[in-house]
Amino acid sequence: MRYWALVAVPTVLTAAFFYAASDNRHEVSAQDFVNLQQGNAIQPGFRRAHAKGFCVSGDFISSGTLAEYSSAQVFQAGQYPFIGRFSVAGNNPTAPDLKAPVRSLALTLLPETAEQWRTAMNTPPVLAVGTPEKFYQQLLALQNNTIAEFFAAHPETAAFRNWRASYQPTLSYATEQYHSINAFYLINAAGKQQAVRWAAVPTVGAANQLPDPEAVDALQQELFARLSDGPVIFDLVFSLATSADDENDATIIWPDTNPQLIAGQLQIKQATEQSNGQCNAINFDPLVLPRGILPSADPILRARGAAYAESHRRRAREVLLNTATGAHHE
Amino acid sequence: MNNPTVYPLAMRVVHWLMAALILSLLFVGLSMVTSLGLWQYQLLTWHKAAGLVAAVAVVLRLAIRLRLNTPRLPENMPKLQQFAAKLTHLAFYLLLLLMPVTGYLMQNAAGRPINAFGIMLPQLIPTDLAWYGLFRELHAWFSVLLILLIILHITAASYHGLIKRDGVLRSMIRK
Repeated sequence: MRYWALVAVPTVLTAAFFYAASDNRHEVSAQDFVNLQQGNAIQPGFRRAHAKGFCVSGDFISSGTLAEYSSAQVFQAGQYPFIGRFSVAGNNPTAPDLKAPVRSLALTLLPETAEQWRTAMNTPPVLAVGTPEKFYQQLLALQNNTIAEFFAAHPETAAFRNWRASYQPTLSYATEQYHSINAFYLINAAGKQQAVRWAAVPTVGAANQLPDPEAVDALQQELFARLSDGPVIFDLVFSLATSADDENDATIIWPDTNPQLIAGQLQIKQATEQSNGQCNAINFDPLVLPRGILPSADPILRARGAAYAESHRRRAREVLLNTATGAHHE
Repeated sequence: MNNPTVYPLAMRVVHWLMAALILSLLFVGLSMVTSLGLWQYQLLTWHKAAGLVAAVAVVLRLAIRLRLNTPRLPENMPKLQQFAAKLTHLAFYLLLLLMPVTGYLMQNAAGRPINAFGIMLPQLIPTDLAWYGLFRELHAWFSVLLILLIILHITAASYHGLIKRDGVLRSMIRK
């Protein structure tokens, strides 16, 4: 009996640790997601999603308009530096810019401070589905060319499909709108919370030509050329939820009639290749938030943290092994 | 020099509190790197705060251990087992220090702020992918070693308590 107990103790303990470490106990784990995103052709050192992109930096000129809603430093009137990244969707770091269905702008405002705020914004204002498990099925359907069936089986994809049908990609990163998609809470000094979404809204009209439309990095060239003429500017516009909106459901567009407040201007001043830019080491995890901003309970928003972290871990390990073995690193 | 048969109260209290904390940290840590669930964000926040508490606790514990008398292992215990016990304890202290150090540095290398209950802690190394890769992997490997050590430690303690009944397990439980 005592010997059985002696065997049982380590056995139960080992089993418990194995269970905790297993990613198979989840319907979809962070590892499943990143495996699906990276596909079979792994690009060492690159992000598993949005692999193609470049670094930018500049200043956010905060108007102070949101100071009454949030105690975050970034919303107090002033000028705050940021590191950012423009990118296109996909796992291929050499894919043609113009072929990508989605473009992105990611930012780390006030980097390396306690008041740091990271946001990863995309051109679609909504998601097709509301949970990571369904999102996984959507990505699978895209790969298997069964997306039409997937959309038909999921009525909540209507807003996304409408957006996709009406969306016309422009010829510049500078003339796209980039959306937070998920909602967050602004928390003011009195502890009052307000659900919001935000978007970087361009301040110039659509361009009508590219320096080289045939180039793989046509959009990157365009933005680099544009920056030589001066900063690229976006308004950072916040949409405030009303009692009619569900902040935990990113499949529905909020009405234009919701209060819209301009938090300030994003002034992009420099751009560099990502291989030697500061943005390359940053995981633009939208859950890195300063005091004064909290995440909503949107299941997809909460899932982004672990999925982004797994991608970050894999490429960091590859860069480390590359450095350690002295292999050439691009 | 007197030879106590039980560990001093301070050490027993710290041992059992840390046992609960370290086991929680390990289970939360293993869960939060795979889970896409709503609680992942809270688990991560808790893991960082609790990791800082554990770092302070292990330093305090080491200080207490070096000041107080601890019970000797039984005279009739084989020398090899005595040596293994001492080595295990040393490895525990080493890993319990290395876990928070690598956790802290991987956060630094990721450029993520570490807020210790409202106070911003300094970034000691630059935001860098290779540094992140190093400390992220070390944090994972050290956690595996720590888990193996915990299983070994609990198995050995059970052996003393259930089979040998030589007072070794009792020295960490009873007054």
